Amino acid sequence: MAQLKAREVLFAPIFANNPIALQILGICSALAITTKMSTTVTMCLAVVFVMTLSNFFVSVIRSIIPSNIRIIVQMTIITALVIVVDQVLQAYAFQLSRELSVFVGLIITNCIILGRAEAFAMQNPPLISAVDGFGNALGYSLVLLFVGFSRELFGSGSVFGAQILSLSTEGGWYVANGLMLLPPSAFLLIGGFIWVLRSVRVEQIEKEPYEIGPNTRTSPAF
Amino acid sequence: MFEHYLSLFIRAVFVENMALAFFLGMCTFLAISKRVETALGLGIAVIVVLTLTVPVNNLVLHNFLDEGALAWTGIAALEQVDLRFLGLMCYIGLIAALVQILEMFLDRYVPALYNALGIFLPLITVNCAILGASLFMVERNYQFGESVVFGFGAGFGWALAIVLLAAIREKLKYSDVPEGLRGLGIVFVITGLMSLGFMSFAGVQL
Repeated sequence: MAQLKAREVLFAPIFANNPIALQILGICSALAITTKMSTTVTMCLAVVFVMTLSNFFVSVIRSIIPSNIRIIVQMTIITALVIVVDQVLQAYAFQLSRELSVFVGLIITNCIILGRAEAFAMQNPPLISAVDGFGNALGYSLVLLFVGFSRELFGSGSVFGAQILSLSTEGGWYVANGLMLLPPSAFLLIGGFIWVLRSVRVEQIEKEPYEIGPNTRTSPAF
Repeated sequence: MFEHYLSLFIRAVFVENMALAFFLGMCTFLAISKRVETALGLGIAVIVVLTLTVPVNNLVLHNFLDEGALAWTGIAALEQVDLRFLGLMCYIGLIAALVQILEMFLDRYVPALYNALGIFLPLITVNCAILGASLFMVERNYQFGESVVFGFGAGFGWALAIVLLAAIREKLKYSDVPEGLRGLGIVFVITGLMSLGFMSFAGVQL
């Protein structure tokens, strides 16, 4: 039973309840860094690390956190983990850390992390909370990797910096699509991603707030 | 000097719009843009909070955290200390505290505005545009005066973007959107198109 539950907790956020596509959480810090696969993967790893551990630690001390200052306690735990990531990046991957600029720090305000700490880790034991954090981080990473892959492949014809499509500027056949490297393309790609996801999983389609009634006017218009 | 500030302001509002060029504050941006009035209330709250937090964080950086910034204490051991790694924690703590103080202040002295902003004020703490602006201020080495202008400009640009999006979404009620795109999907596409529109400001230089 426990085994099954862990599996469910791990896989549900990836498609069925994807944090980005269904709940609009955590888009903030992520889209600007998806122009290249290397920065995207770094960001994904950072979020997986922070989210798994923050859920775990919040859950460990969940019974001794006074409920009226719980948000601050959660924020402090998350911030400490993000500082660790930031310092490690600055020490061992300075170039990447430059490219990610402020967006590593912005993992703190990534709403999925705080959201999962508040909604799941505060009520569940540590191990399953860590699994939940990991699963949600994977669901988040999936969208990010999709966007990052499309943007780098079509925008500069490469993946991880390795040339896949030979560019026309270097005598090849592929004319790079500059739009993919600009900010708007990320929005359009995620919009498309949601469209595809909801075409497959019809139950996720949002209801119209109201229906517009048919035109009942019987007299001719002119 | 005035020209420098004006150009910084225009850049913060149009060219480097927090929402449309850096994707900051997206969660609230997409969630609370269904009606123009609520969007306007949230926008004003963001302007106020950004105009306060960015300069305050700037003072904290230059007086406490930066390398050698503690020299004013006169203690020799503190003169070489570099506390910048604590930056993230200080900024987010200060933002949370300032928002709380602002909330209590408004509740006590300007109840009308407090009621108008209502639930948006506490929400703002976790809005990435706020922390993002402080981090940009650090990265670009703004001085105090510049940080005031930048904070206000960034907030103004964000408010402008969310009000525009809300206006479009109000009109959108009458359009026939493909099923899978309804709701969130189409909002992403609209934001993408708005972002494209704002890119035409890219060459503006004063």
